[in-house]
Amino acid sequence: MAASSIPLEALEKSMVLAPVPAEHWLVIAPPVWCMLVGAILIMVRKRMGLQSWLSIPALGGLVLIDAALLAVVIREGPITMVMGRWLPPFGIAFTVDLTGALFNLACGIAALAGGIAALGDIDRTRRTYGFFPFLFLMVGGVSGAFLTGDIFNLYVWFEVLLISSFGLLILGSEREQLDGATKYAILNLIGTTLFLIAVGILYAVFGTLNMADIAAKAPTLGHDAPMMTLSLVFIAAFMMKAAAFPVNFWLPASYHTPRIVVAGLFAGLLTKVGVYALIRVMVMMFPEEGNAYSIVIGVVAVLTMLTGSLGAIAQSDIRRMLGYMVITGIGIILSGVALGAQTAISGALFYSLHSMIVMLALYLMAGIAGRMGGSFSLHELSGLYAKSPLFAALTLALFFSVSGLPPFSGFWPKAMLVKAAFDFGAWWQGAAILVSGLLTTIAATRAFALGWWRMPASGAVVPARMTAAELIPLAGLTLLSVGVGIYPEPLLALAQTAASGLLEPVAYLHSVFPSGVPTP
Amino acid sequence: MAKIQSEQSARPGPRRGMDTLIFRTMAPYLTALMVLFSVFVLLRGHNEPGGGFIGGLIAASAFAILGISNGVSAVRRALWFDPITIAAAGLALAALAGVLSLFADVPFMTALWAFPNIFGTEVALSTPMMFDIGVYLVVTGAITAIALALEEREDD
Repeated sequence: MAASSIPLEALEKSMVLAPVPAEHWLVIAPPVWCMLVGAILIMVRKRMGLQSWLSIPALGGLVLIDAALLAVVIREGPITMVMGRWLPPFGIAFTVDLTGALFNLACGIAALAGGIAALGDIDRTRRTYGFFPFLFLMVGGVSGAFLTGDIFNLYVWFEVLLISSFGLLILGSEREQLDGATKYAILNLIGTTLFLIAVGILYAVFGTLNMADIAAKAPTLGHDAPMMTLSLVFIAAFMMKAAAFPVNFWLPASYHTPRIVVAGLFAGLLTKVGVYALIRVMVMMFPEEGNAYSIVIGVVAVLTMLTGSLGAIAQSDIRRMLGYMVITGIGIILSGVALGAQTAISGALFYSLHSMIVMLALYLMAGIAGRMGGSFSLHELSGLYAKSPLFAALTLALFFSVSGLPPFSGFWPKAMLVKAAFDFGAWWQGAAILVSGLLTTIAATRAFALGWWRMPASGAVVPARMTAAELIPLAGLTLLSVGVGIYPEPLLALAQTAASGLLEPVAYLHSVFPSGVPTP
Repeated sequence: MAKIQSEQSARPGPRRGMDTLIFRTMAPYLTALMVLFSVFVLLRGHNEPGGGFIGGLIAASAFAILGISNGVSAVRRALWFDPITIAAAGLALAALAGVLSLFADVPFMTALWAFPNIFGTEVALSTPMMFDIGVYLVVTGAITAIALALEEREDD
């Protein structure tokens, strides 16, 4: 070591000197793994066969890493690794608590399902443009955002995933895609810029970017700092990312243009990153300001839900209908954030995980429906039930799940949220969740009645089969949703523990600062 | 360089504005000099002004100059690898530089140093340098790819 001439006491104050246990490397492993595989895939991007052979096992490996990380976090509580062994708050820390680990695992599962579905959906030309490298870089960005414990680092991961998502969005460079991508890019860049401005104000106020450090110092600042302004900028930035009303017009305008797998991954993952960041900042870091803004967030949540579910009924293109259903889900999650109590936050976390899996499955379903029926329009789509009863059964399960009917995974978090809303006197939010659930059910059953039950005018139905690349991810995700719906206790318990960890981040703080938060 | 020039002289057709004889003759030497300088800037960057990013920019400008004078295909042949591949290799190298800490029981991206004695000279090798070379390759590859794409459009 070059630094060996410096006395040990001085080193102890600035560096981690204890050896790092191997399992702590799981904290950084998902983003590094994605970056490495992504870089290798770019190098071999001309060799299509190799791309698929490398990508699917690598995504499987990612799911294993994510699962191992979750297991370690369940056993040990939040774990931290500081980059370059520099101690926080100066070194950049990756801190994973239960919330981050759960989101990260759901992201890994969605990426694996999307990768398998892409084998069928993304044709050769588009794979040449680099679907798999972009997928890995985007997933790396998303998991980095879920795992980091530094707010500026969170911004960097936002940029990583945003740039990769631009690449995915315009695969194929069709006119319609460029149109959608422009709207998507401009609004997301505004959101990211607002986020950056907020981080700048935050740094000026706190002099630190470490989330644990900020969470510890926020209550001591009192009214000396422009905390309400700061929180509002954060809320605005993350709401744009999460596609909350009224800054959500970009989502239905762009999500139906890319390939269906890409749209599904965006719907599942990207809006959830915004939600995750909102929960992390407003629930864990600034709980006081989060409570003060709860009415604002609640009103936005209700409007998001209602516009989303009404929009879903009004659409005739299945993909656009699903775009509005994504928005409804965001409203429901935001309502949990607005209510703010432990049951509500755990409901919001549970619903986010459910939505990541089910929204991707719904988009994959729409892709198969479009291929079998030859159209995405409900005016033309018909007879899918007669064509493939298995596909119709999976579709129905997913529609029930997204509407929040038992025994599917959407039911439990909604039940928790409605109960929390009525318990805390926010009956209007509970009512809005129920009404939006009813409206979503109407939209879903309408689509099912037109596209699946209705017989084609000619009366002739040719039976159709799903290919393996269509069936495996769709059935896998649907079974996951059904499994969680029938046996929700483990995930429920995890979500509740995760919510407690966000509301009382003692363990999180201890993991970053084992010997107490340094005082300025 | 000689190969590049012979290729150029074989190219028929009218020449464009920047494409004067003097520029065409000098550009390969200028490019070689700039690439050499970019490596110098990269290596001095650990303790003094310089580093992978600025070194990469200098290298990319060198290739852009060669592209303007001698044509994009000449640059592609001279680079041997596709610029995007170079950038990806840099990304992999930078990531690997961080992962090396795994074998020393220290956190990700901790600087590891080695001072081997090569031909009587002590050479300081480190993972930050490896990371910086990765950055150099990413910047060179990415910016060169953009520059060549823009220059190619003009050639059509």
